Amino acid sequence: MAGRMISGAAALAELVRTAGETAEPGVHRMLPVAPELSGLLPGRGLRRGSTIAVATGRSQPASGGTSLLLALLSEASRTGSWCAVVGVPALGAVAAAESGIALGRLALVPNPGPEWATVVAALIDGVDVVVAAVPGAIAPAIAGRLVARARQRGCVLVPFGHWDGADVTLQVTAGRWEGLGAGRGRLRRREVTVLARGRGAAARPKELTMWMPGVTVRPPTLPPVAGSAPPTLSPAAGATSPAPAASAEILMSWRARRTVSHQHRLAAV
Amino acid sequence: MVAAEIVDGVDASGPVVVLRENRVVACSEAARREGVRQGLRRREAQSRCPRLVVVEHDPGRDARAFEPVVAAVEEAAVGVEVIRPGSCALAARGPARYFGGEEAAAERIVEQIAEACAVESQVGIADGVFAAGLAARDGRVVAPGETAAFLAGMPIDALERPELADLLKRLGVKTLGDFAGLPAADVLSRFGFDGALAHRLASGRDHRPLAVRQPPPDLDVADTYDEPLARVDVAAFAGKVLAERLHERLAAHGLACTRLGIEAVTADGQELHRVWRHDGTLTAAAIAERVRWQLDGWLTGARRGTATRPTAGLVRLRLIPDGVLVHLGLQPGLWGDAGADRERAHRAFSRVQGLLGPEALVTPVLGGGRSADDQIRLVPWGDEREPARPAAPHVEPVPEIGTAPLLARSEAPALSLQLILPTAEEPPDEQPTEDTESRTPTEGAEVIHLESRRAARAAGPPAPEEQPEPVKARLRVVGPAPNEPPPNEPPPNEAPPNEAPAGRRAETAAGWGAKTSAGPVGGVTVVGVPAGRRKGGGRRVPPLVALPPWPGRLPKPAPAVVPLQPPAAVVLDDTGTPVGVSARLDLTGDPAALIVERGDPITITGWAGPWPIDERWWAGEESRRRARFQVVLEDGRALLLSLAGGHWAVEAIYD
Repeated sequence: MAGRMISGAAALAELVRTAGETAEPGVHRMLPVAPELSGLLPGRGLRRGSTIAVATGRSQPASGGTSLLLALLSEASRTGSWCAVVGVPALGAVAAAESGIALGRLALVPNPGPEWATVVAALIDGVDVVVAAVPGAIAPAIAGRLVARARQRGCVLVPFGHWDGADVTLQVTAGRWEGLGAGRGRLRRREVTVLARGRGAAARPKELTMWMPGVTVRPPTLPPVAGSAPPTLSPAAGATSPAPAASAEILMSWRARRTVSHQHRLAAV
Repeated sequence: MVAAEIVDGVDASGPVVVLRENRVVACSEAARREGVRQGLRRREAQSRCPRLVVVEHDPGRDARAFEPVVAAVEEAAVGVEVIRPGSCALAARGPARYFGGEEAAAERIVEQIAEACAVESQVGIADGVFAAGLAARDGRVVAPGETAAFLAGMPIDALERPELADLLKRLGVKTLGDFAGLPAADVLSRFGFDGALAHRLASGRDHRPLAVRQPPPDLDVADTYDEPLARVDVAAFAGKVLAERLHERLAAHGLACTRLGIEAVTADGQELHRVWRHDGTLTAAAIAERVRWQLDGWLTGARRGTATRPTAGLVRLRLIPDGVLVHLGLQPGLWGDAGADRERAHRAFSRVQGLLGPEALVTPVLGGGRSADDQIRLVPWGDEREPARPAAPHVEPVPEIGTAPLLARSEAPALSLQLILPTAEEPPDEQPTEDTESRTPTEGAEVIHLESRRAARAAGPPAPEEQPEPVKARLRVVGPAPNEPPPNEPPPNEAPPNEAPAGRRAETAAGWGAKTSAGPVGGVTVVGVPAGRRKGGGRRVPPLVALPPWPGRLPKPAPAVVPLQPPAAVVLDDTGTPVGVSARLDLTGDPAALIVERGDPITITGWAGPWPIDERWWAGEESRRRARFQVVLEDGRALLLSLAGGHWAVEAIYD
């Protein structure tokens, strides 16, 4: 009796699954990407089956590539996609969590060893986004097979490192940290320039400058003060009038003015 | 004793005694012939019978050995209560009617036990468990209503209350009949409740119903191998057979398990055990896979440097289902998609684990810690996602300012905007003592320090220099852009006298506020205060577990690259001498250049520190005492350096 019930439930589960999958296994679907990065990608997202490479820096071992990688994954992971990272043993998982990646849906294969291609292929079969650190030179035949497999399975393959023939290759070309002075402060934000090159729809190189990470300021709540308007905090207002309004009784040191002029300069870039 | 024979292989036909606390509690017939009696000391018994085999009393062993007997009785009759290892009771009415008489039923049960377990047994039938137990010693069947008469002839020792029996004997009460003859009220007043209970038993008025045992389904499967399994493929095959048996057995009960214990015994007697966990229910194939991985891990453990490598082949395997639940099929998502995705991913992960071993595919679990490396615990996929240490969520040091992983270029707020409102309830955010306090090496003490002072300040009248400015609101922009030179001319605007160091102070507050995790403006911290208590207010709030705040952890953003082996480094000052940090956290010089692993010196354009941490000093090996620095190099890279024991290392890279 119980056995029959079980088999009945299993059969029902099969039915439900097939009904859900009738609308193709999502080959044409897009995985979302952070809006700041969407301008760089054709279709403004991670198209399933595509290969989007993240190039590491040319000369320096670390120049923003890892952060870019995490930023690329974060939105898709947050909306329920499964991610796997192969061959990046030094990946900072705290940074991954901070960038919005759901760690419960993130699998790491830190040391795939000589089985790299097999592992990546196995993950392509089941995971939505597979990040694979390229271990040196990869035979074009293997690379081609992996790309084809990803296209067939509707998986986004993200080679991390040098990779020929990706649909889009993202690369951080410049980065500058702010927030750290001589003996004070802390790392606060970084201005990076990301270059996207590729084929087809992404053939024209695109370049975008963004904060990665950035600093947001929530507007502070000011109690209504009789007789004086609350000071505006928007940088645009500060940029247009470097000298603060005296009526607002804002005490500003030289630093404030310098910062404001600095913003002005940045805004003109 | 029979239990010892069954379990330990002691020959019960020879002289054997069972010892408990150095006294003989049971002896075999052969030992009895040699003069060994119950209650003798070990040495005494051995002097009477030199070839005596001594077995320690072990209730667990007895219970284990008795288990098949109970099972055999349950074959013949239902509703068995185990009184103690070695005796069980059951209601006679059902079997007696079924087998046609009490004697027939007793014979059938004895036969059944002899067939199933090859042990002799005796059955007694009487009114009440106590009387039946006594009747079983002689294998008697006491007719209904004659129990009192049967008991009356029994010696008082049969009560199995040695102290009471001793006392009664000295009072001249020798048999249960004598005891039963005493008035019940007098017995109660003289011997207490236990005595009254014994009196009831002695007079045959034992009306306690049977606590019938529910036979638990025995779900473990085990197998013993004559030839030790030393090769992975052979072991995996054996494991597969076991896995199929286990799955069949579970399915027969309509059950499924979510955890699987795998136990192996090697030829040397070493026992290995590991529990595998699975998010869904384990299928036969999944069980077989896990058994294979585990056996593979054990038998080729040396390759991955694990400590629990067996020293010989496996002779016994056992699979223990755990977390057993009624199998009704897994509930997929409403449209099937979430469940299907998950299952697909699981299958892929399992496949990789099959390729490389279970430890090769891991998932990070965020926990408590102060560095990028110890906040993360990597657990093999499928294991329980338990953090190594709990932690409260990381709060931003300055409430108004947050760190976003990615921000559009058009949004370019100033780095540090702090709005200070001269409202009374807001505690002052400028702490003249902040600088010195932040330099104390032990952070735990520092936090408490800070809080106590803050509390004192909040209670007392505000210090004169902290009087609110006569303005309604002050806007202060602190923290210059890093590439700006320090001022040479005094500020043209009217500024408060403490404005000049404010940048540094506020920055320190931000940096150290992140560590204290209390928020420098918030004023109230959670040190020692459970989170749930502060706003209970009489309402029934379920008590929240106070999560440790981990003061001293790195501020956001977290470094994206954490090398497994921190590369060694040297930090030089202007004159080219290595920079050191004194016990008072004074730098010997300003960091000017960095050499990583014998490379060329790279100029340091910005730095902050030292941020000391001295953690887990009580835990020996785990203790770490370091000073950490954030540096920005000329080529645009940002690193987290640490100085421990005079050695610099690149702890993490802000990639």
